[in-house]
Amino acid sequence: MGDRFEPRIAVLCCNWCTYAGADLAGTSRMKYAPNVRLVRVMCSGRVDPAFVLRAFQDGADGVLIAGCHPGDCHYINGNHKTMRRFPVLQRMLRQWGIEEGRIRLEWISASEGDVFVRVVNEMTEAVRALGPLDWRTRAAMVVPETTHSPAE
Amino acid sequence: MARIGVFVCHCGTNIAGVVDVARVAEAARGWPDVVFATDYKFMCSDPGQALVKDTIVRENLDRVVVAACSPRMHEPTFRKACAMAGLNPFLFEMANIREHCSWVHEDREEATRKAIDLTRAAVAKARLLEPLQSRTVPVTQKVLVVGGGVAGIQAALDMANAGLKVVMVERRQSIGGRMAQLDKTFPTLDCSACILTPKMVQVAQHPNITLHTYSEVEQVRGFVGNFSVTIRRKARFVREDVCTACGVCIEKCPKKVDSEFEEGLGKRKAIYRDFPQAVPGRPVIDREHCTYFQNGKCRICEKFCEPGAIFWDDQDALIEEQVGAIVVATGYDLLEPDRLRPWGYGRYPDVMTGIEFERINNATGPTGGRIVCKDGREPQAVAILHCIGSRDRNHRHYCSRVCCMYALKFAHLIREKTTATVYNFYIDMRAFGKGYEEFYDRLLHEGVKFIRGKAACVTDEAMTPEEQGRLVVVAEATTLGEVIRVPVDMVILASAITPQRDAPEVARRFGMGLSPDQFFLEKHPKLEPFGTATDGVFLAGACQSPKDIPDTVAHAAAAASTAMSLVFRGIVEVEAQTAEVDAEACSGCKVCQDACPYGAISFLADRKVAEVNGGLCKGCGTCVATCPSGAIRGKGFTDAQVLSQIDALFA
Ligand SMILES: Cc1cc2nc3c(=O)[nH]c(=O)nc-3n(C[C@H](O)[C@H](O)[C@H](O)COP(=O)(O)OP(=O)(O)OC[C@H]3O[C@@H](n4cnc5c(N)ncnc54)[C@H](O)[C@@H]3O)c2cc1C
Ligand code: SF4
Ligand code: SF4
Ligand code: FES
Repeated sequence: MGDRFEPRIAVLCCNWCTYAGADLAGTSRMKYAPNVRLVRVMCSGRVDPAFVLRAFQDGADGVLIAGCHPGDCHYINGNHKTMRRFPVLQRMLRQWGIEEGRIRLEWISASEGDVFVRVVNEMTEAVRALGPLDWRTRAAMVVPETTHSPAE
Repeated sequence: MARIGVFVCHCGTNIAGVVDVARVAEAARGWPDVVFATDYKFMCSDPGQALVKDTIVRENLDRVVVAACSPRMHEPTFRKACAMAGLNPFLFEMANIREHCSWVHEDREEATRKAIDLTRAAVAKARLLEPLQSRTVPVTQKVLVVGGGVAGIQAALDMANAGLKVVMVERRQSIGGRMAQLDKTFPTLDCSACILTPKMVQVAQHPNITLHTYSEVEQVRGFVGNFSVTIRRKARFVREDVCTACGVCIEKCPKKVDSEFEEGLGKRKAIYRDFPQAVPGRPVIDREHCTYFQNGKCRICEKFCEPGAIFWDDQDALIEEQVGAIVVATGYDLLEPDRLRPWGYGRYPDVMTGIEFERINNATGPTGGRIVCKDGREPQAVAILHCIGSRDRNHRHYCSRVCCMYALKFAHLIREKTTATVYNFYIDMRAFGKGYEEFYDRLLHEGVKFIRGKAACVTDEAMTPEEQGRLVVVAEATTLGEVIRVPVDMVILASAITPQRDAPEVARRFGMGLSPDQFFLEKHPKLEPFGTATDGVFLAGACQSPKDIPDTVAHAAAAASTAMSLVFRGIVEVEAQTAEVDAEACSGCKVCQDACPYGAISFLADRKVAEVNGGLCKGCGTCVATCPSGAIRGKGFTDAQVLSQIDALFA
């Protein structure tokens, strides 16, 4: 792939819609950028802002949160909470100087393999254009470890 | 220290064709706690599963990771294999290196690197997995059927005949649904009431069926196997244990109201039953129209009711029922009338919908079964317009399935009863069912006129003397390639079958999804057209998509048998990956209570902490991410487990 910057992107997605949509992209043999790594939770409502921060801290250059379309959440309305948390998360990241294009929230259903592919490719290009995040050095001064320490 | 075994699947060439599976296994051997790693042709095959089982025993594994296809495919398979080898099935994790890797990437190096990453993340999570117990709970031996059309009736009778207790809830005064309104049914032309009413009576008399008509389900709580439902039984002001259904009150009641059953073409009284053969036969008083309720005077029904069944102080009753499964059979509605205006509906009295024609043609209907225009004359010519609002992006995109066939039925019946010329304006003739094409063929030979072309509009503006005083159907006849005008005296609109207007609300109440067309969404379009997104809630009949009666009955019987296999099994497994509050860490803020979509979190006032009801929790994890104190653990997806995956992928 030459010297092109290859961003690393975390996808935090729900089991029922987006994960299944990504499965469909696979069964349909669609091709997309190999820069993404999916982490499955049961509902997008499970996506703790701490997961996003940790991904950036660890070295991810972008994070995609994805779940079922509003109204289609397998758990009735878990994704409403995701929706409500997202602006807060965006604001937090903005304060820490993380560009807006590095975090994205998308609704991708189990039948939208093509949408999954499009979003992943778009995001890969957008983050590629932003360049490496290298957040550890950028934000070390401002940020505590994570928002709260895990229960364990 | 964990002892983890890693199994990398080739899936023939599906994975191995792109991913260097041997390298994945080799990489795994170098990770902490991995005591065994190998690759194998087909992990899901019998020998593949045996490999997992044998290795668990031989290597004394306490965690298993399979890198293969999507966990949505084979997670249950491998969990079972683990359990058979004596390992708790929740100590298993899968890495999806097929759907998410080999099938979507082409570069061998990139794909192999990704496969190693994904497997490493699965191992990281596996290290932190804990054994969980799947619990089973007993299933309540009773089923709720919502809607008493032919679908609900079929489902209820099937289950009741098998010995199950059934509670049926119908919102109208009588069961029967749309089929009760029909006159004859295609293609056999059986009398609809003759085949339906015996089944209605069976429902009413069945010792295993409790029937609540004039009632609606207000609330549903609980989960598969154990639903609690609240039914609102509307006040009917007639004592059911006293009323003999003699009907004298109906005769004497002076207040006339447009009859819903007659589609507003006929009248009913303020004390009424939907139709003469209504089940139950006991009438109800319609409070909105009853003169006594409106003006405080009348009470004529009371005077004539010999057994003294009228009961003015009646009130809505809320009934609680516990059921193991629910069959939703709420049927369909018809296209909004204002959308029919271009075809003259609401503007010209002799333009009617198909369901209105069913009533006009019925011996118990408003004209006593005579096919006549509003002025009492017999029509010289009748036009039946197909696809009104169906297969039309301005209205409903889908085909309503039954209209072509009932249009043919109407044509036949009109020709039987009158001397009128009958025109069918159609786009395509869809005669898909058993005996349907043959019925179409028969009609072609009965002298009915078929014009290929959708009717654009109906007007009374005459352009020739022949059109004077008549209704003119304007259509583009596609076979002729020209616009034609056909003067007639009566127009019947095959208006689209639509979802019930309250379908979104009902879907929400029962935890079902909606298709883009707003009919209820089935679990799988081919293999489970009667299941829904909520386990234990099933669909029957036209509420899922437009259906004719044979398809409705088959669908309903399938829903009933699936509900029965659930209920007769007697137990259901409940989610093991639930949430759990750490009482020590809980600050009592109650934020989680609002977050839970299932109301599974209660607040223990004495200890000032939240508690999750493991029976109600579905394991979505929303509360876990919401709790500001980090006091809730989402079993199977704990913070530590998810963070370990993120670290493994990006650190
Ligand atoms: C003009 C016309 C002619 C037709 N002719 C034929 C024919 O000749 N042959 C044929 O095979 N098919 C025919 N059909 C199709 C036939 O009507 C349907 O196949 C059948 O009625 C579907 O039955 P169902 O029980 O699913 O729905 P429905 O008949 O609509 O019954 C649904 C029932 O549920 C009740 N309900 C709705 N919502 C609720 C709620 N929230 N709570 C409680 N109860 C509720 C309703 O009151 C109703 O009683 C025709 C349809 C039309 C429009
Ligand atoms: S209320 Fe009285 S009059 Fe009316 S049907 Fe019942 S018994 Fe007959
Ligand atoms: S995980 Fe939490 S929010 Fe989700 S169902 Fe269970 S208790 Fe409710
Ligand atoms: S299950 Fe997909 S967002 Fe809730």
